Order: sequence, then C-alpha cells, then structure tokens
Amino acid sequence: MSHMTASVGDPSSLDAAKKVRYKSPTARGRLPALIIFLPPALLLFTLFVILPMGEAAWYSLYRWNGYGTPTEFVGVRNFKVLFNNAAFSQALINNALIIVVSLLLQIPLAIWLAVMLGRKMAGVVAFRLVFFLPYVLADVAAGLIWRFVYDGDYGLFAAVAGFFGVATPYVLADRDLAIYAVLAVVIWKYFGFHMMLFIAGLQSLDKSIMEAAEIDGATGWQRFRYVTLPLLGSTVRLSVFFAIIGSLQLFDLIMPLTGGGPSNSTQTMVTFLYTYGVTRMQVGLGSAVGVVLFVICVTIAFGYKRVFMRHD
Amino acid sequence: MTETSSSVRVSTSTRIHFYLSLSLVAALVLVPLVTTALGGFKTLGDLRLNPFGLPGEWVWSNYIDILLGERYWRQMMNSMIIALTTVFLTLVVSSMAAFCFAHIRFFGAKQLLNYFLIGLMFPAATAILPLFIRIRDLGLLDSYWGVILPQVAFGLGMSILLFRNYFRNLPEELFQAAFVDGCGYIRFFWYISLPLSRPIVATVGIVTFVSSWNSYILPLIMLNTESKYPWPLGIMVYRGEFGTDWQLVLAFITLTILPTILVFFLAQKHIIAGLTAGAVKS
Repeated sequence: MSHMTASVGDPSSLDAAKKVRYKSPTARGRLPALIIFLPPALLLFTLFVILPMGEAAWYSLYRWNGYGTPTEFVGVRNFKVLFNNAAFSQALINNALIIVVSLLLQIPLAIWLAVMLGRKMAGVVAFRLVFFLPYVLADVAAGLIWRFVYDGDYGLFAAVAGFFGVATPYVLADRDLAIYAVLAVVIWKYFGFHMMLFIAGLQSLDKSIMEAAEIDGATGWQRFRYVTLPLLGSTVRLSVFFAIIGSLQLFDLIMPLTGGGPSNSTQTMVTFLYTYGVTRMQVGLGSAVGVVLFVICVTIAFGYKRVFMRHD
Repeated sequence: MTETSSSVRVSTSTRIHFYLSLSLVAALVLVPLVTTALGGFKTLGDLRLNPFGLPGEWVWSNYIDILLGERYWRQMMNSMIIALTTVFLTLVVSSMAAFCFAHIRFFGAKQLLNYFLIGLMFPAATAILPLFIRIRDLGLLDSYWGVILPQVAFGLGMSILLFRNYFRNLPEELFQAAFVDGCGYIRFFWYISLPLSRPIVATVGIVTFVSSWNSYILPLIMLNTESKYPWPLGIMVYRGEFGTDWQLVLAFITLTILPTILVFFLAQKHIIAGLTAGAVKS
C-alpha cells in the first residue's frame, strides 16, 4: 500500500521550513548537486509513471491492439462500452462492496482488537504478531491458501460441512456466494494492518485523560465511546483512507481465488482491466479502465483530504 | 504505572473473556496457515478425509522433492534479485532527490516535489497497458529490468517524501558547522546526511523490499519466460500445473511463504514499525 497521499502538496509546511532553514548562506556546489541528484529520479518517474498515465488518457480514445501507432480514433466510445458492460458494472459494485465491508466490519474489528491489545496483559505481544502476520504474506499466497480452504473436495470448508452432514459446498464456484468468500479473505488479510495503526494511535494518547475518566467513574464502554474513540479520530480517518485506496486496487488476492469469476461475479476494476484489456490486448478499452480508476483515486485522495483530514 | 495498577484490578471473568475472544480470532488467522503447512505432509487421500488433523502418515517427500528440485530455488533467487535491485535503486535515487528538496533552495522546488507526489495518488495498475507498451518498446520485456524500473518509479513518491522529512529534521547546527568548514552539498550528503539516516533507510528499504517481494501484477505482465518468474508468479504456475494435487501445491505454498514468516518473526519490531510508519508518515 504505497499510494498514501496524506501530504500531497502541503505548501504551508514547506514555507515554514524555508523560513527556518535558509537564513544562513547556502554552501558551495549547489548546481553540481542538483545536476547529479535530481535527474535520475526525474527521469524514472516521468518515463514510468507520468508518461504512461498520460498515454492511458490518450490511448483510451482509440481502438488499438498495441502495435504500430494508434490511428483508429473512436472518441469516448471505449467509455460508453465500459459503462454498458455488465462485467464492468459488477466490478464497480464489487469495489464499492469491498469498501463498505472494510469500513463496517474490518475497521470496527481492528479497533476492538487494538483496545484489547493496548492493555498490558500477558501475551498481548504474541497476539499482535499473529494478527499482523497475514498482512506480511503476499496476496497471491494468501489467495491460494484460501482457495484450498474453500475447496469443495479437499478444503476445510468441505470438511466442516461434511461434519454437519451438509452437501459439499463449492463456495468459489457459486456466483452468488463467491464475492462473500472473497470479502472474508480481504478482512483476514488486512485487519491486522489496521489494528496496528490503532494500537499506535492508542499509544500516542495522553494517559492522564483516561485516568481522569476512570476516576470520574466512567464505565469501560463510556470511556471508550466518549474518550478513546474521539481521541482516535485522526487514526480512524487515516485507516478509512487506506481501506478505500487498498480496496480500489484489489487484484493480487482475487486472481488466485476466482480470477474474477464465476461469470464475472467477483470482478474488480483491476481484474477487469487485466482480463479484458491486457489479455486481449484491447489497449483502448483497458486504458479507459485505467482512466476511470485514476479519476476515482484522485477524486478520493483530494476530496477525502479536503473534507475529513483538514485538521489532522 | 497506571497500566500495571489497572491490570491488577482486572477480574477473572474479564480475563477469561479477554483470552477467549483473542484466541478465537487467532485461531481464525492461524488455522488456514497451519492446515496448509500440515497438508503438505499428507497424501491426497488423507487430505480429503482429514484436512484439519495431523497427517495419518507423514509424507516428507512432498517437501523434499520440491527442495531438491531446481524450480523452487530459482524462483526464490529471481525474487531476491528483483527485490534487492529495486531496494538498492530506490534508496539511491530517492535519497538523492529528497536531499535536494530538503536542503537546496532552487527555482520550482515546490512544484517539482508536488510532481513526485502525484505518484502517491494512483496504483501502478492504472497505467499498466501503456507501461507494458513502453517497456516493450524499450526492449526490456521479459527482463528483470522491465519489472525493476517501474517498481522503483512507482515507489519514488513515498520514498522521496519519507527521506525529505527525515533530512529536514536533522539538527541545523550540522549544516552551519559543515558549510563554514567549506563542505559542499555532495560531500555533505555523502558524509553527514546518509550516515545519520539509518532509521529512514531501514523504513524505506523494508517497505520497498516487502512490496517487491510480494508483487504480482508487474511481473505477470512484463515477464513471459518461466525461468525468470519470481515466486508469486511461480506458485500460480505450479498450481495450474499440479491442479488438484493439493498436497503438492500446499507444500509449495508453505515453502514459498516460509522465508517471509521466518524473517517476520526474527525482525518483527522493525518490520511492523517499517510497514506502518511507511504508510502513516507519507
């Protein structure tokens, strides 16, 4: 998760730093330093991040198989195709569903665990480690492990169902159930990361406030609801932000589990881009998906920061 | 102090409640992992009848065959080459650029920094098709560089930000002392900034390494010779090949995630701090 934007821009802090730092005369070798230090980053970044993004916007207006130069200009047809495509609509719905589930289940779970593991009791460090472990594993490995868990013949689910005498379920092959199976894995994989954020947030809180509330006779729930939770506000907003951005780019976890199937029921924007854009070399259509994803990401990054993280 | 006093007051029922709920969550986390590792020791028939329990008969050959074969080691080696090169380049390129943003006043510095920060806003997947075409046109398709260079580029936004913030917080007196002694920027960077920046080098290094080691979509698109596949691609191919021989697939998965798990438990403090700080500080 490296696309966290918390301080895009932030001109105020830059100005403040200038005032402090640059009172003294600058040293020798300013120009050589700039000439040697900046170009590598600038070149790599422009060549492999900015230009491809610009090209995606350009290609999205063409019908092109990726060879030669794009000549067949089709205007916004790729976008029309996209928004009339049932699989892409499903992908958008699924991305939204993943966000909702992350917010409603994963983050409360993470907060609850963080509050429990913030105490000084025997074993809390071990529990923290265990809960963080899935986050460190590669998505692909986690996806394959859960594909085994859900397997109707050899998996754990089949065994549990068999124990209760229920017919063997093929969860990942059922177009109504598959997405919920995927959602469970998303929570399994990422709740530990959010929990760690909250543990760090709790540790930075002023203990004396908690003490004061305790002395005033607040119950555990009251202390949590009226003291801890409001003080954790900035961490909650951060965690929500990560959950949204992470959900939008979900791909590695889906591929080993369902590959977007059965019949597109677990497609996300990125799996759709891969399935319909990359494997079929429909550069125009795939680029259009990229543009849509880009617009959503940037809107969320700016909008969220402006609305919710103003004071953080 | 308050914590010890309050932990004394915790009643037995709270305590039972506490450990019971935590153990339940821990079980949900660990059961899939443990059954995967155990499944690698079973025969297929055993796995079918008894996916949860210990193997009826411990079949070591599943694991041993993989470890004696060349495939597993080659994939690990490929991942290692890609990840280490990515980390090295990211550290060099981003620390140099960040140094300029932290210490040198130049025309357009603010705008240029914001330019790099655009990279924080969208995932590599958004531009994956043009990226593929660019890498192809550069003749880097099916080479490690085709994976490494985009990985470095997409990590630059965060790495530059982390380095810049760290450099700026180094004590001001160092500069004045060094500059009065006639030290130039380049020597200052090399002899003073970098040696003082071990914590942030570690953070950027860990974040970059983990994301490269685990990455799937870039190698999936850029590489097409199996002997060059890093392990996340490799296990997908392995599963495709051995289809329903789940005991072999499980053994293979276990061996591929084993290094991650071992390193995680050995260096847990640094890894947890690195991964969460890397996210929060940027």
